[in-house]
Parts: sequence; structure tokens; C-alpha cells
Amino acid sequence: MSTDEPLIRWDWIASHVPDIAARVGEHLVLVGIAVGAGLVMAFALALLAIWRPRLYGPIVWVTGTLYTIPSLALFALLIPFTGLSLLTAEIGLVGYTLLILVRNIVIGIREVPAEVRESATAMGYSPVQRFALVELPIAVPAIVAGVRLATVTTIGLVTVTAVIGQGGLGSLILDGLILFFSTPLIVGAALSVLLAVAADAGLALVQRAVTPWSRAR
Amino acid sequence: MDFLLAALAWLAAPIHWSGPDGIPTRVLEHLAYSLSGVGAAALVAIPLGLMLGHIGRGAFLAINIAGVGRALPTFALLVIAFLLLARTAPPLAFGFWPTFLAMVPLALPPILTNTYVGVRGVDRDVVEAARGMGMSELGIVRAVEVPLGMPLILAGLRTASIAVIATATLGALVAGGGIGRYIVDGLALQEYERLFAGAFLVALLAIGTELAFGLLERMSGHTSTVGRVPLRG
Repeated sequence: MSTDEPLIRWDWIASHVPDIAARVGEHLVLVGIAVGAGLVMAFALALLAIWRPRLYGPIVWVTGTLYTIPSLALFALLIPFTGLSLLTAEIGLVGYTLLILVRNIVIGIREVPAEVRESATAMGYSPVQRFALVELPIAVPAIVAGVRLATVTTIGLVTVTAVIGQGGLGSLILDGLILFFSTPLIVGAALSVLLAVAADAGLALVQRAVTPWSRAR
Repeated sequence: MDFLLAALAWLAAPIHWSGPDGIPTRVLEHLAYSLSGVGAAALVAIPLGLMLGHIGRGAFLAINIAGVGRALPTFALLVIAFLLLARTAPPLAFGFWPTFLAMVPLALPPILTNTYVGVRGVDRDVVEAARGMGMSELGIVRAVEVPLGMPLILAGLRTASIAVIATATLGALVAGGGIGRYIVDGLALQEYERLFAGAFLVALLAIGTELAFGLLERMSGHTSTVGRVPLRG
């Protein structure tokens, strides 16, 4: 790259809008699958931890250890088994969402006041009804807080999955590196931050919409 | 199982334990990137967090910077640092500097936020009592707020260190050194035992750091699970 080359070439951006849009789409799909599948698995694990409190410690330990493994290393470890595939990327990404999500779901359910729980029982709710109709709605703010953290983290992490050939905004960053060309790099980075901020704000709005009672705070 | 054995054989081979691409060199490089990144971030974030926490201003900044830090993709920061250095100071573009520059913004937010929250969480009555006893403001920070806020300050350093050790691996993608070198080269050369050995080494280093911090916190009596929102770049 010569020094008189501008940092951003707007004409490149203008001529690559469809390409950039496709990368954003890929990015969103990768994040959506990861957070969606992560939420389902985290829910199962959280239910297990609530049903058998002794299992909570080991679950947090295992998901926490998974979290310490660097993304690039985790993808690398999976490649001999699952290749340079979407599955490799998603196993890693889902794995990283689990710690945050399980913890927030369990804490959210645990922090339901005992009086509320007892009132529900006294009103004749079965344990399953009590969980679904009383405890879960009260835990929504904690759960959404977890989903927000997991989503923002995953949006950043997905930039790395380009290295194992899974597209997304990371491939714009990778193009910038390989071609020594700062425009796609800056576009990729800026869009990644923008997506993270937008997703965070969007989820906050969703939480307000589904928990109208918490708005008074 | 075959490549597990192959990776172990790779790790055990004496030829991989010396020279500029040897395991000791790569591990030391990795530690150098990580320690300097966390160190530089702490040098800025701890005094700033102590000051903001002490005067009780800037809560918005201190809390929200954590969210901003989480949204910054470290991979992009690395490449930006690399390209900028390649333009302005080419000799610095390879090795230490791009990785170091990208690690600082990753490590800074959790340290700042936790220091601020730790100091802010100190009982105001205790601070007022110290002031009433005639302690100077600096003395209050040093003798009251820092010791009482220590569990959260340590938790911030722990979160930052783990995130940085894990993420410094990416440095190898932009022609840096460190353990990531084995992963990136192993991937490029399709040499899976090298890749596996690298992944194993860096995971070991990250888990070792986590355990070391746990030990440090227990020894200093400052265990805290509050403020440990995991971070990943």
C-alpha cells in the first residue's frame, strides 16, 4: 500500500454494495444460529442445574473451561473432525455462548423471591405451571441480559470464522489484510461494531416489550 | 486418536524445543504480548478507575466502556494496527507491536469497569469515617478504597488476562509470533499435528492463567465471583 493511498476509497464501497450486503447477511446467519442453538442448549443445561442444584457447579466449570480456549485454537482443534465447515464454526460459537447464557438463566430463576414462589404454589399452580407462568417471566430481564452479552460477543467472534472460510464480515477484514487494502478492512470493522450496537439496542427494546411491568423502574 | 498421538509426538520432539520457532520462544513471545497488553491497560485503567470511583463521577463512562470494548472485534483491530504500522513505521509492523496495540483495548474495559465498581462499592460511611479521622484523599484511596475494592480489581485483571492470552493467538494471523504461529502455520500447511500442538499449548496457558489467578485470589483472601463477566475478543 503506498502512502498516498487514501484510508477509505468511497468508490470501492459504492461498487461493492451487493458484496458487502452479502457479507452482512452471512454474518447475521452465523450469529443467529450460534445464539439460537446456544439458547436452546443453555436452557436445557439451566433446567438440569435447577432440577439438580449439585450439577450447577460442574456445568459452570465445564462451560467456563470451554470459554478459556481461544477461538482460533478451538476451531483448529475441531478441523480434523469436522473440516473447514459451518459446523466447525458453530460448535465453537455455540460453546462460547453457553457460559454466559446458562449463568444468567439460572441466576434469573434463582432470584425469584421465595414469597412469589410460595404464593404461586398456594394458588394451586403445579411446579411446571409455576415455572412457566411465574418464574420464567420474572427471570426474563436476566435472561435477556445474557442474550445481549452473548450476541454482542458472538458478533465480534464471528469476524474470526472467516479464517476457516465461513464468510461474514471477517472476510472483508481478511481481504484488507491479504490485499493490503484498508477500505474493506475498515468497512468490515465498522459494520461489525454497528451490528453489535444495533443488536444490543434491539434486544433491549424486545425486553421492554415483553416485560411491560419492569418499565416502572 | 492418531493425530492426538501425532500432536504429542510433535510436542515431545527435541527439534521443536529450540530456535526462533521453538516452543520456548513462542510461549515467551505469547507471554510478552499478553503481559505488556494487560500491563499497559492496567497502567491507564486502574488509576482512572480509582479516580472516577473516588470522586463518584463518570459512572456512565466507566460502565458503558465495557460494552463498547465488547463490541470491538479484536481481529479487526489487529489488522488495522498492522496496516497503519506498515504505512507509517514498517519495521514495527511485524511481531510485537500490532498484537500489543490490539490487546490494550481488549484488556482496558474490564479493568476500568471493575476498578470503578470496586471503589464505588466501598461503604461511604467507611470513607467518611476515614475522612473524619483526618486522612488525606490520596490516603483514603490507598488505605481504604484500594484494599476494600481489591476483590473486584483482581477480578477485572483476571477477566482481562484470560481474554488477552486467548486472543493474542490471533496475532499470528497478521505476521506476529506467539503460540498462534503454530495454529496459523499448521492450518496453512495442513500440518495438523502442529496445529493441534499449538491449540493445546495456548489452551493450557489460558487455563493455567485462570488457575493462577484463582490461587492468587484465594491466597490474598480476595475471592469474588461478582464482576466476572467473561470476555472474548
